[in-house]
This record gives sequence, structure tokens and C-alpha cells, in this order.
Amino acid sequence: MVSKELLDIFYILEDTFIGEYVRSSIWLFPVIESFHLIGLGILGGSVVIMDFKLMNLIFRGTNKIYILEQTKNFFIFGLSLLIFTGVPLFLSEAVKCYYSQAFWIKMIGLVIGVLFVYFVRNPLIVKKEGTILILIGFVSFSIWTVVAASGRWIGFS
Amino acid sequence: MLDFAVWLSETEWSIALHESLYLYPWIESTHVLSICLFFGTLLFVDLRLTDKVFNNLSISEMNRKVLPLTVFGFLVMSVTGLLLFYAIPVRNYQNIFFRIKMILIVVAGINAFFFHRRMSKEAKVWDKDSSIPRSMKNSAITSLVLWSLVIISGRMIAYNWFDCDRQPQPRWINELTSCEVDYSLFEGIDGF
Repeated sequence: MVSKELLDIFYILEDTFIGEYVRSSIWLFPVIESFHLIGLGILGGSVVIMDFKLMNLIFRGTNKIYILEQTKNFFIFGLSLLIFTGVPLFLSEAVKCYYSQAFWIKMIGLVIGVLFVYFVRNPLIVKKEGTILILIGFVSFSIWTVVAASGRWIGFS
Repeated sequence: MLDFAVWLSETEWSIALHESLYLYPWIESTHVLSICLFFGTLLFVDLRLTDKVFNNLSISEMNRKVLPLTVFGFLVMSVTGLLLFYAIPVRNYQNIFFRIKMILIVVAGINAFFFHRRMSKEAKVWDKDSSIPRSMKNSAITSLVLWSLVIISGRMIAYNWFDCDRQPQPRWINELTSCEVDYSLFEGIDGF
């Protein structure tokens, strides 16, 4: 997976002002990390409620589009907080991330998760009924579980 | 209490857990996932009381549908948290952020107890006339703030800015964290 060009870019990213600034502070990384975790909780809540509804585990008898309307802004806010805090965390240890398998799993999972939510799950919630939505809910929940768990494993790399 | 933590740290399972290559990270990952489940669902339960979300659903209905997930998240979070403590009992016991976290959990628990006791009695009334008392709204916000602080302090446990084996450190930190320190070693150093 080592690509010289990509690794060079990661070195440059780590040397950016933000990367240096976060790295040079003893408390900034943990504080940003805490808010990253809160962002994950907010996003997690919106994902769990929507996906469990699709899997018929909760909110049986409640309109699925109503649940989507109520949770979508929390998804956007949680995701924004994750990105806003995740970028400085990444910049402070970009090279470590480059060599971390968990980081790549998280990033690929994140991209697939966002694309899945906006291009598959949400449009199908509006258009489809029945068993397909159970599968959609299960896939979405699984992707986000992998994203959250692999994120924690970056710290163990 | 410190003796108990020392005894725990010397048990076979504690050592095995602490030294395991995969089990400890898996438990910690499960702890993080359960925090997401707990905090994420609590967010909706609490914000429903402030009329910010799910206004078409009654409070009783919202609690019935979402609260079991919150409770499940809390149980998994507690079991994995206990295991994480058991893996490194002495360091955790003497960690200032661990102590802050425990105090916050107790305060959040007391808030939750009174909050749910009142809610179980009065939720049906609020369902009918849709007027939630101001004190309940405040309690819901307090709950979210307290649990956010629990998450923040929990994350800080991993960092060793203050640790009994990092001496010299201020006396008040040593006293707050039950560090047993021989101050005669630091004579002549400012503040000791």
C-alpha cells in the first residue's frame, strides 16, 4: 500500500501549521479528540434511530419519512463535527495514519457510508417499501459500526 | 480502596486483560460504540423534552421506543467500563480524570433518577396538554451537558499529565489522587 508520492503528501500535511500546532500542544489533541467522540455520538444516534427504524426494530407504526426528517440534521451536524475535529487530529499525525490500516478502513468506510446514506438509503426511504429497506438499514448500520470501531483502532496502531 | 485496587491488579485475569494484544482494544472499541449508542439515543430523548425534535410523537411514546436502546447502551458501556478499570485498576483509581468522571456519572445518575421518576408520573399529562415544565427542560439539558463532560473526562483518562509515577507534581494533585509520595526526595525543589 506504500506509495512514495502519497507518503510525501502525508509528510507535507503533517508539516502544515495546524498539524504542528496540534502536535506542539499537550492538551489540544485530547480536547479535540473528546469533541470528535461527541460528534460520533451525535452521528451515531441519528444512524441508529433511522437504521433501526428501517430494520423494524423501533418506531413500528411511525412514518419512516418523518423519522428521516427528524434525524437528518443531526446526521449532518454530527458528520460536520467529526470532519471539523477529525482534520486537525489527522494533520497532527498524518504519517502515522498513512501506515495505519485502521485509518484507511475508517476513511474508506466514511466515504462509502456518506455516499450510501445520500445516494442509496435516503432516496430509497422515500421511494421504496418493504424488505429492501430492512437490508438498507442493516447495510448502513454495519458500515457506520465499522467506521466508528476502526476509528478507535487508529489509536492502537 | 487503594489496597483493593492493588489486589485487583494482581489477579490473574487483570494481568491477562492488561497484557492482551487484542482483547483490551476490542473492549475499548465496544466501550466507544456503546457510548455512541447511549449518548446518541439519549440526545433524542432529552431533546424531545425541549420540543426540538419528534414533536409529532408523545413523550411517553418517544421514551417507550428509544429509551430501551439508551438503557442497553448504558449497560454495555458499564460492563466494558468495568472491564477497562479491571485491566488497569491502580492507575485508573489514582487518575484525576477517572475520579472526575465517576463524580460526573454519579451527578448525572442522580439527575436521571429524579428526571425519570417525575417523567414516569407526569408524562401522560404532558402528552395531553403538551406543556412540559421548564424544570424538566432544564433537567434534559443538564443531562446532555453532564454526559458530554463524562465523555470528555473519560477520554482524558488515557493521558498522563498527572500520574503518581510522574513526580514531582503538585501536592494537591497527589492528595486528590491518593498518590503515596515520599516528599523528602524532592526537598529543595520549589513548591515541595
